[in-house]
Amino acid sequence: MIQLLGKTNINFLGKKYYALGLSFIMIILGFFAIFQIHAGNANLGVDFAGGLSLQIRFSQPVTLSEVRSILDKAQIKDADIQELPTEKKILIKLKKQQEGAQDSIEKALKEGLSNKEPVVESITEIGPKIGERTKKDALLAILSATAGILIYIAVRFRFHFSIGATVATFHDVMAVLGIFYILGKEINLIFISALLTIAGYSLTDTVVVFDRIRENLGKVAKGTMTLESLMNKSINEVLSRTIVTSLTTLMAAIALFFFGGEVLHDFALAMILGIIIGTYSSIFVASPVVLLLGKKSLIKR
Amino acid sequence: MKKAIYLRIALILSTVLLAIVFFLPNTPFFSNMPDWWKKNMPHKGIVLGLDLRGGSHLIFEVDIKRARQITVERIAMHLQSLLEKKGMKPIIKTENEQIYIQPVNEDIKKIVRDNYPDLSITEQAEKVVCKLPESSFKRIEATSVEQAIEVIRNRIDQLGVAEPVIHRQGENEIVVQLPGVKDPKKALEIIGKTAQLEFKLLDEETTLWKELPSLIKAGEEETFLNQWKNKLAETDEIVFQKIVNKETGEVYKRPYIVKKETLLTGDLLAEAHVSIDQRFNEPYVSLRFNDAGAKIFEDITSKYVKHRLAIILDGNLYSAPVIQERIEGGNAQITGSFSMEEAKDLAIVLRAGALPAPVKLIQNVTVGPTLGKDSIEAGKMAVIIAAVFVSLFMIFYYRLSGVIADFALILNIILLIGALAALNATLTLPGIAGIALAVGMAVDSNVLMFERIREELRLGKTPKAAIESGYKKAFWTIFDSHVTTLITAAVLFHFGSGPIKGFAVTLSLGVAINLFTALIGTKTVFDFIYIGKEHKSLSI
Repeated sequence: MIQLLGKTNINFLGKKYYALGLSFIMIILGFFAIFQIHAGNANLGVDFAGGLSLQIRFSQPVTLSEVRSILDKAQIKDADIQELPTEKKILIKLKKQQEGAQDSIEKALKEGLSNKEPVVESITEIGPKIGERTKKDALLAILSATAGILIYIAVRFRFHFSIGATVATFHDVMAVLGIFYILGKEINLIFISALLTIAGYSLTDTVVVFDRIRENLGKVAKGTMTLESLMNKSINEVLSRTIVTSLTTLMAAIALFFFGGEVLHDFALAMILGIIIGTYSSIFVASPVVLLLGKKSLIKR
Repeated sequence: MKKAIYLRIALILSTVLLAIVFFLPNTPFFSNMPDWWKKNMPHKGIVLGLDLRGGSHLIFEVDIKRARQITVERIAMHLQSLLEKKGMKPIIKTENEQIYIQPVNEDIKKIVRDNYPDLSITEQAEKVVCKLPESSFKRIEATSVEQAIEVIRNRIDQLGVAEPVIHRQGENEIVVQLPGVKDPKKALEIIGKTAQLEFKLLDEETTLWKELPSLIKAGEEETFLNQWKNKLAETDEIVFQKIVNKETGEVYKRPYIVKKETLLTGDLLAEAHVSIDQRFNEPYVSLRFNDAGAKIFEDITSKYVKHRLAIILDGNLYSAPVIQERIEGGNAQITGSFSMEEAKDLAIVLRAGALPAPVKLIQNVTVGPTLGKDSIEAGKMAVIIAAVFVSLFMIFYYRLSGVIADFALILNIILLIGALAALNATLTLPGIAGIALAVGMAVDSNVLMFERIREELRLGKTPKAAIESGYKKAFWTIFDSHVTTLITAAVLFHFGSGPIKGFAVTLSLGVAINLFTALIGTKTVFDFIYIGKEHKSLSI
């Protein structure tokens, strides 16, 4: 039998205040990101902000500065130029829908970089009305997914657990959002779906841990064990499966990150972050929250 | 017990068989199948989304406000001609979607009422005010969107795009999907052109022509119009002709003063095609009106001989020839300095009919065919590598049991692809990501069970008993953890657009199928190996 971890006896909950402190910072970071998105300071995808985005492929590597100088010369203002994981491709974004902008960008690049044969690979042009609607839809999606998960956990587990699971999930989503903001990654619709997937998946680990705590709660008579040590025991018992399940999904996300192409690159990055943070939170956030809420009431018999 | 195993094996095999039958249309083998198979068995398979296939996803918004205005203007024009036929000389104006007629008299009111019973008639400051009720406007809005869809469909048919999807969304939006469109820019131009063809007379009597500059720079039209607004007679307006300097490529606009009244519109066209002028070797568009149009055209040309008739398309003047003589048969020409390509496109939009109101492009997502192809390749690669990594890890970690889990994983992928094909689901790039993630999650259930079985073994149970209780105890954990993912997938499906929907579909199907493969698939293999004979050890 190969085991990643033998029988462990780590005092996870002993570190709960450090963990909660770190998580608190993560959540603040997420809120800060939301604030910045709202203020228009974040790298918002055109699907939310509206505007034009062109993905251009060249036959040879190009630098951002040479593209920028060509666009400046052609008097195309407010263009945001971004690198893509492959060096022969760039992304040009314009915040506002301007008539003929696409043509003038294409023309300028074809003239300025004719030796590198620019080809427009994809065009995304979104009117402000659609952008607003997509924003609203994304927000509604996040709210209803959260509500759905909350209700399900509340039905399947006791109240304290459902709060713990919700806080952990919320933490994961906020942390990934915050990290994406700091990395300057684009916040777009695909990223929002990654966030929702993270929300759904990070619960897997939490459920595994909670299931075991619930099971052990049924076995332990009152007075023989504190809730804290019962939780520690439970987390240690399921530690290897928590890590192994995350590891396999992490492998899939890593494969997507390296081989899935530029469109899925950031999606995969969000998933990788989400899986790691989700695993952390199932141990260090979900259970401590339940512990702090239900110290007195959970061990009854 | 034995019997039950065979039953389960039969169930697994038949689902695999079904999956293969459904997926067959996506493979090259399908073309080699006998005819009866092609006819009676599933033949559609998985549909590739526009992001993988290449193509354009467009959303147009119909300018409903303009549609309302146009309707009111048409009614006003019709009333004018009706009243003139009765020998009256009324002054009719439209403003704020209302028609104002001067002078006020009962005959006028009667004619309005007889012809347009819907109009509400009131008097206000010595004018008859006619107003359409909101219910009529609502009907106009609905029909103009319907008409616009029809016109756009006609134009796309002329473009020759295979399998276009065109449908209404919300109140006044039209979604157009053009898979594999070769020249998306041209398609956009052709679809979005209003193609409102109008014939109007030049106002040759006004003295303003002397003041009018012959050319202005392109882009200065609006300031020019503002300067001239108050000088013009109330029945006149200015339209521009585009003039391109062929040597430098610079664009200028030549202003013309025309009478506002539209004599004839493109509604009555029967045919439009490109011809070449033999003398100058320049293309032009020749038009033929239907019978009603030909009659009107004949009337106009006989009434206004030696006058100049402006041919205006979407507000731009193309040419303003002098009417030499009465023209019978309804043939006309639009000349202008067209390129062959421009003339062809113009003929297409004229043939397909004008849009009832202008449309505005509010979303354009276009993916080139090479990017789509690259994405498929990259996506396939990622799924395969994910599957290989995960399988190797499972064998390394759980030995023989890992092999069983891998069997379930492969079963999972086969059934997932089969299910997508059975539903004729649209596979998008995020959808492929969903498959890759489903691969990673597929073994999660097995991990949960195996860890549980290990625990039971540690308690000293026999392999058979450990398997039984391991499955039983892990079931609800697996179930709960799957349901939460399903909830988010359902939400994504509900709110997401095309590509995201594709992700939600693959992810949720993957997770649901995983319940089947983990709980029935692997269990069957375990039972097959361990039932009946009591093994001393379990490779896990």
